[in-house]
Formats: sequence, C-alpha cells, structure tokens
Amino acid sequence: MIKPELQKASQKMAYSKLRKFGRDIYRERALYILFLPVFLYYLIFAYLPLGGIILAFKRYSPGLGLFGSQWIGFDNFIKFFSSPNFGRTLWNTVRISLCSLAFNFPAPIILALLLNEVRNTFFKKTVQTITYLPHFISLVVAIGLITDFFSRTGLVNNIRAALGLERIAFMMEENYFTPMYVMSGIWQQIGWGSIIYIASISGIDQELYEAAEIDGAGRFQKMIHITLSGILPTITVLFIMQVGKVMSVGYEKIILMQNDLVLSKAEVISSYVYKLGFGTYPDYGYSTAVNLFNMVVNLIILCAANWFSRKVNETSLW
Amino acid sequence: MKRRLTAGDIIFDTINVLALSFMAILCLYPIYYCVVASISDPNALAAAGGFMLWPKGVQFGAYKSVFANKEIFTGYMNTFFYVIAGTVLNLLLTLMGAYVLSRSKLRLKRFLNLYVTLTMFINGGMIPLYLVMKGIGLLDLRAGIILVTAVNTYNLIMARTYFSTIPASLEEAARVDGAGEIRILFEIMIPLSGPIIAVLALYYAVIHWNSWFNEMIYLSDRAKYPIQLFLREILILNEVSSASQDFAADKMPLAESIKYATIVVATVPILCVYPFVQRFFVKGVMVGAVKG
Repeated sequence: MIKPELQKASQKMAYSKLRKFGRDIYRERALYILFLPVFLYYLIFAYLPLGGIILAFKRYSPGLGLFGSQWIGFDNFIKFFSSPNFGRTLWNTVRISLCSLAFNFPAPIILALLLNEVRNTFFKKTVQTITYLPHFISLVVAIGLITDFFSRTGLVNNIRAALGLERIAFMMEENYFTPMYVMSGIWQQIGWGSIIYIASISGIDQELYEAAEIDGAGRFQKMIHITLSGILPTITVLFIMQVGKVMSVGYEKIILMQNDLVLSKAEVISSYVYKLGFGTYPDYGYSTAVNLFNMVVNLIILCAANWFSRKVNETSLW
Repeated sequence: MKRRLTAGDIIFDTINVLALSFMAILCLYPIYYCVVASISDPNALAAAGGFMLWPKGVQFGAYKSVFANKEIFTGYMNTFFYVIAGTVLNLLLTLMGAYVLSRSKLRLKRFLNLYVTLTMFINGGMIPLYLVMKGIGLLDLRAGIILVTAVNTYNLIMARTYFSTIPASLEEAARVDGAGEIRILFEIMIPLSGPIIAVLALYYAVIHWNSWFNEMIYLSDRAKYPIQLFLREILILNEVSSASQDFAADKMPLAESIKYATIVVATVPILCVYPFVQRFFVKGVMVGAVKG
C-alpha cells in the first residue's frame, strides 16, 4: 500500500520532470523546427500508409472506401496460403535470393582481391572506374540491353552459333530466368560492391605482408591469408545483412524481366503484390495481405540475423 | 620494399591483368556498342550482329529523330525537371534532418532516430501508399513524384553519421559568437561537408534519373512521363505508341539506330558525372556502412 504523502511526492516529481522536459524541448525548438519537414515526410509517406494495413483484413470495394469496406478477418491470408501462388512465389523468392547470395555476394570480394594485386595504379583506377559504370545504368536500359544481347539474333547467340552451339532464347526460357537475373546482377553491381572491400583492404597493416614474405609466403598465399582474412570482419557483417534480406527480392528488376513465357519461374512475392494491386483485376485487400505476410517474415529473419550477428561478432544492425 | 619478380609473380600478374581487363570490357562494351550503333548506317548495323568496334557509315539522323519525336523530347525534359527539382529538395531536407539527428544532446534524439530508421523495416506497402497519394491529391502531379521520394532513409543516415564526425568545438565557437542553429548548419556544417554532399547529390540524382516505377503507378498523363518510361515501351514492352512508332522497322529505316540513340541520350549524361565524384565514394560507403 502506498502512503498518500508518498504518492503526492511522486506526482510532484513526475510533474517537475514533465516541466523540465517541456523546457528542454522549448530550448531546442529551433532544431525541431528544422526537423519538421523530414518529420512530416515520414508521417505522410511512411506512417500514414501503415494505417492502410487494415486493408489486409478487408474486402476492398472502391465505392465504400478504406473504412466502409467489409471486414473479413484472415480470409485474404487463408486465400493466399491455400492458393498455388503461395508456394510458387515463395519458392521463386527464396531461390532467386539464395542464388544471388551464392554468386552476387562473393563476386565483388574477388574483384577487390584481384584489384589489390595490381601494381600499376593507372590500370587499377581505370578498371575501377569502368566497373562502376553499370551501376549507374538504369534498370530499364540494363534489362533492355541484356534482352538485346541475349536475344536469338543477339551477340551472345551469334557467338554460340559461330562455336557450333545452338541458339537459345535466354529471356524466353523459364529455366534461364534465375541465371539471367543473377548474372545481370553481378554485371551491374560487382564494381560498386567492391568499393567497401577495397576500402577495408587499405586498412590492413602493411607490416603483415612483409612478415609473411620473410616467412616465404607467395603472392597467392598472402592474398588468402592476409588480405582475405584481414577483410573477413567486413565480409561477415555484410553477409549477415544480406541474409537478413533473403525474403525481399525487389520487384522493379523482376517486373522488367518478366514475360508470359517465364512467369512460372519469375513471379516473386513483391512482384505478385504489384500485380494483385495494379493488374487487370485489382484486389487491394489481397495485395496488402500478401505484402504484410512478406514484411512480417522479413522482420523475423532480420531479427534472427541480427541476433546471430550479435552472438558471432559483437556487431549488430541496431 | 623492392624485390625481384619471380616467374610465379609474372604468371600471377599476367592472369590477373587479363581477368580484370576482361571484366572491364564486359562492363564497358554494351554502352560503347550503343554509342557506335547509334551513329552507324542501319544496314551495317544489321549485318554486324551485335559486334561493332567502330562506327560504319556514320550518320547522325538517329539523334535528329530522337529529338524530333515529341514524346521522347518531352520525356527528356521531364527527366531533367525531376532530377533537378527532386535533388534540390532531397538535399535540403536530408541536410536539415541529418543535422538535427546528429546533435548529441538532443532531448528527443532516440525517439527521432527510431522514428526514421523504423521505416526501413516497416511499411504499409504499395497499395496503402497509393491510397495515401490518392487521398491527398498527389496522383498525376509532377509534385507528387518529387514529394514521395523527398527523403531517402539510407542517405539521411549517411549524412547524419558524417555530421556527427565534425568536431563539436567548431560549433561551440560559433555559438559563443551568438550563431543560431540555422547559421551553424549553413555556415559551418555544410561548408565542411563538401564530399558527402557531392555523394548525396549524385545518389539522389541517379535515383531520379533512373526512376520509372513510381512514375508508372502515380502518373497517367503521358505528357508528364520521364524518358525511362518511354524507353521501357521501346526496349522491353515493344508497344506501339506515339513514342515508339518511329522504331517500327518498316516505317523507319533508322529504327534500330534510333533505339540506341535514345539509350545513349538517356544514359550518357549520368555516366559523365560519376567519375568526378568517384574519389568520394569510399567516404560515402564507409560512413553509410557504420550503421545501416
């Protein structure tokens, strides 16, 4: 039981705390005014749409609007989990993501290691500048160019024909969808991705190399045992961040690469959300439900990756 | 430390240089090919089968056709508008927001940082955002396209991290002289942040320059489309529209060259900018990687 005096005292303390809080805010008012535009941006374009998540539990009809539409509980989710599209889009997302992790993740590390071995600074800088280039090409142009070069009459098939191989319509074969997605990803991001590793390599103590030389280590051995192990902490952090994103494959590139012939291997969750919302028969509730499912799974995986990261190398995302 | 090259070194170096050169060619050739193809004679282009090292039968008619096409020209001007207006707004908001978030003694610091970073993990998704845009009347407006991407959280955090590395002593000296927050931001922080502002401006400009998805879902008036959306019609959808009718091979002998000329026009400006900002990339990446 709390004595009345004590309660009064604690009330008084809470009140003075609140006053101090108010005074602090007032003293910093210039800063809060400066922050106001950013605050409003997030309020309108990030937090206001969160309210729209209730659509996931409704059957949306444009005439009735967000609040008037019929509440249907978990029906949208049940519909998704029991449809063949659930397994298909889930597997496509995971497959594309894991293939990207297996090939797109190591590629910039290998490039950084090779660049580090170059003695000629001019050559090194030139290669760096050129490999950054595809990163700045828009996805529309990048996919357009790949479609062009890998078409039946494109450069790649002309080379194949010259070597006596058969022509393959790479962008029209569902089994080539993932490899094309992964390869174009390597092409666009290998140079850009290597920046962080090159920066990390430049922090390695040069004396280690001299010591290894005295021990008789060759070039390749030094590359593996000093350079690669020197950037291992960076690699680990970035790898865990990448694993955390395993269930989120962006829709922009997927949508650009899709056509009717490859759709069974090319529909991922995020692109499915887009089609449900903006396709021929828009279903806002269903689309929002699928997106909510994806977001929740993402959050769970991210938290798990972060927990793991904290255990392994004492670094975490938050 | 100099030492003699062994045979192993020479083999290692040779293979390394060859591998890197091959990689560089793969990255450069497609865009180089577009440039060459855009100024080549259509017959020579058709015969080349995708392999051309220098232009054959030079013509500039393709570029004339690109700029004569009303839709593509308007699209190009729209792109410039989105890039310039968008980037200016982005920089203004990002620098103001980042300055506030970087103040170590700020009373609401934890709350505001959480307020910002939470949005990287939690979002309503495409449809709720679309309904908000519709609700506040931003659909089919150029302003809507610029406002919906007014702040990028990753870039905001990058700028915040950079600001927090600027020594507090400079700021305190100015405060003694009676400078307010806005003067400190514009007269101390921003002049000291040249590299990071260059990187931010480039990142934001690239986002706007290459953007097509937001424009596709939020705009219905083709007169407001950026060039990327017309490129999508030409390159990927193969749709017959007023923008792409010039590309129908039977109508225009230059069709293929025009396609490549459009790619060049839509791509080369941004490729001419990044090498100048390149030396600051490392700073941007390292600052951004600390806490994402």
